[in-house]
Amino acid sequence: MAEVDSKKAVTSPRLKVTMVKALNMALDEQLAADEDVLLMGEDVGLDGGVFRVSDGLLAKYGKERIIDTPLAELGILGAAFGMSVYGLKPIVEIQFMAFIYEAIEQVFSHITRTRSRSRGRFTCNMVIRTPYGLGIKGPELHSDSTEAIFCHMPGLKVVVPSSPYNAKGLLAAAVADPDPVLFVEPARLYRGLKAHVPEEPYTVPLSKAEIIQEGSELTVIAWGSMLHKALEATEGYGAEVIDLLTLKPFDEDTILNSVKKTGRVVIVHEATGFCGLGAEISAFIGEHSILHLKAPVLRCTGPDAVVPMALLEKYYMPSVERIARTYKKVMEF
Amino acid sequence: MPYKTIKTINVRHLQILDESGHAADPAEASAFSDDQLKAFFKALLQLRIYNDLALSLQREGRIGTYPSYYGQEAAQAGSALAMEKADWLFPTFRETGVYLLMGLPATNLFRYWLGDERGMKIPEGINVMPMSVPVGSHIPHATGAAMAMKYKKRKEAAVAYFGDGASSRGDFHEALNMAGVYKAPAVFICMNNQWAISLPRSAQCAGDTIAQRAFSYGFEGLQVDGNDMLAVYKATKDALDKAKSGGGPTLIECITYRLGNHTTADDAKRYRSEAELAKWMGREPLKRFRAYMKDRGIWNEDYEKEVSAGIRADIDKAIKEAEATAPPELKEIILNTNAEQTARQVRELEENGWLK
Ligand SMILES: Cc1ncc(C[n+]2csc(CCOP(=O)(O)OP(=O)(O)O)c2C)c(N)n1
Ligand SMILES: [Mg+2]
Repeated sequence: MAEVDSKKAVTSPRLKVTMVKALNMALDEQLAADEDVLLMGEDVGLDGGVFRVSDGLLAKYGKERIIDTPLAELGILGAAFGMSVYGLKPIVEIQFMAFIYEAIEQVFSHITRTRSRSRGRFTCNMVIRTPYGLGIKGPELHSDSTEAIFCHMPGLKVVVPSSPYNAKGLLAAAVADPDPVLFVEPARLYRGLKAHVPEEPYTVPLSKAEIIQEGSELTVIAWGSMLHKALEATEGYGAEVIDLLTLKPFDEDTILNSVKKTGRVVIVHEATGFCGLGAEISAFIGEHSILHLKAPVLRCTGPDAVVPMALLEKYYMPSVERIARTYKKVMEF
Repeated sequence: MPYKTIKTINVRHLQILDESGHAADPAEASAFSDDQLKAFFKALLQLRIYNDLALSLQREGRIGTYPSYYGQEAAQAGSALAMEKADWLFPTFRETGVYLLMGLPATNLFRYWLGDERGMKIPEGINVMPMSVPVGSHIPHATGAAMAMKYKKRKEAAVAYFGDGASSRGDFHEALNMAGVYKAPAVFICMNNQWAISLPRSAQCAGDTIAQRAFSYGFEGLQVDGNDMLAVYKATKDALDKAKSGGGPTLIECITYRLGNHTTADDAKRYRSEAELAKWMGREPLKRFRAYMKDRGIWNEDYEKEVSAGIRADIDKAIKEAEATAPPELKEIILNTNAEQTARQVRELEENGWLK
């Protein structure tokens, strides 16, 4: 798998780590820096989380700060909300993205709304971390990619890292953000790539996309685990590849500047296309940059179907070939 | 004394075979005929052998992540054998053994664990829903099916299986509450195997039994020794009879133990002690049942070997069949989303070349 490191110059000592380790480092830093930060969720303590993202933190911070909860997603997120309005900064781990569904009421009716409902008196400084996506041969409901549903809800920020470097920095920025952030981690990349990250704390700003490859013929917009396939498929084109990083609110300027240059856009995501985030990005480009477009904005996405289990998963996910076909279509328009 | 006690509850516990397998309640135990005991023993062996083979297939990479039910065979077999064909079951991913005993071909189960959705295409006539994966989310379904049975005036019952962890979820409480309100013919079977991945039962809930929760919803909850197949069978049968004769729901808490890892992706050594494991190994259900069979004079080694060999041959055949099954066609990704495809889905099938 291609190694996507940040092009930013980093002068401090660096470690070559997986995304799991980078996230673990970020959690450790946040817990060390602020005693109001807590980590809670199922199996996050003794077991170190089912993906081991919180490995070792219980021993270091104790069970009052690394909270192994009962199996109750609604209870966990509701309680985290209560903690956060009281002034704590809970980081909640939901074991897999689909297991947040029971707790949607807490997210949509309270967590995302409280600042507005109280006109700023009560706020919710919370980070909800959860893995998403296919490629891990998971059982049913372990591979959903429903980020767009959460982007639809006013009041929530949605962030998806794509490398160990930006995972660490974005998680730090998410904790620092005064509002709730859904931090969606590509399970397929947890251990799938290693990269250098600075040992010391740093942040990667929210709402800023990163151009990971410059080009002038085609703009490719992707995030998380699809980024790497989208990048691979650009061979042969002068494609500019944008790693969106924050899905909501997304970085409008970076997108428009690139569209101005290229006039051709493909958005790649694993989630089903219908009402997917690609639709919003495409509409945005149409509304703000129609005269720069030389071709319709195309999307390469998962089909309108239930996310499959292991045997069919690789066909559901946009493959490099399928993505390349979409590029070709836009280029030949 | 300003505070008066206005309510006390009594939680009953059922055990028929003691921990070493001898009859703890000889009268109850002798009510089971030799033939019945042999059928029970065969079921226990079948479940044990299937699980062992599934674990070895997983180690060889021939199936995917697999949740072993090692140690819970008596609770699964005892309850499943008490069901009638017309009853409806709502199990979890841990209840592979229940599916086998309700008649789902082992081939289906191997296909499912290989990552093939067709494995959960349950044949007509078997009223068992596909395994529930979001923990606890299916418990209200049994309530609803039971309400439907009552509405249709049929002498049937609906049964939900779930774990100790699941009993912390809201769905559990909502399901039991509604079942109590409508006196639905439902049976709620909690497989308290002491662990929810790394969380021990004691950290799951401050109350000392899961069974006692039923009383807040107006019906009985009881505990049974879940490694005692006779006790599980009797408690399930009694609850089903009660449900079918208009007595309303029952919660049965089976006290058992997950002797294996949570799934093949888990390492239980990270969070539980060898001593605890050893203690429960001593109460292992198959050994207990074998001891009772000996007491009744209906067990010897050759008999077990012969029964095992038959089971083994059937399961080996199922594995062969499962592995010889052609992979699913790509169009299956889309085909069953709805009864008919949308225009968009038709386009997606064509563009992806999935119609070939
Ligand atoms: C809603 C939900 N949350 C989390 C998970 C991940 N998970 C799978 S099984 C499990 C523990 C379940 O414990 P229990 O209910 O006791 O059943 P057991 O696994 O012991 O059979 C967890 C946390 C899930 N499948 N669904
Ligand atoms: Mg359990």
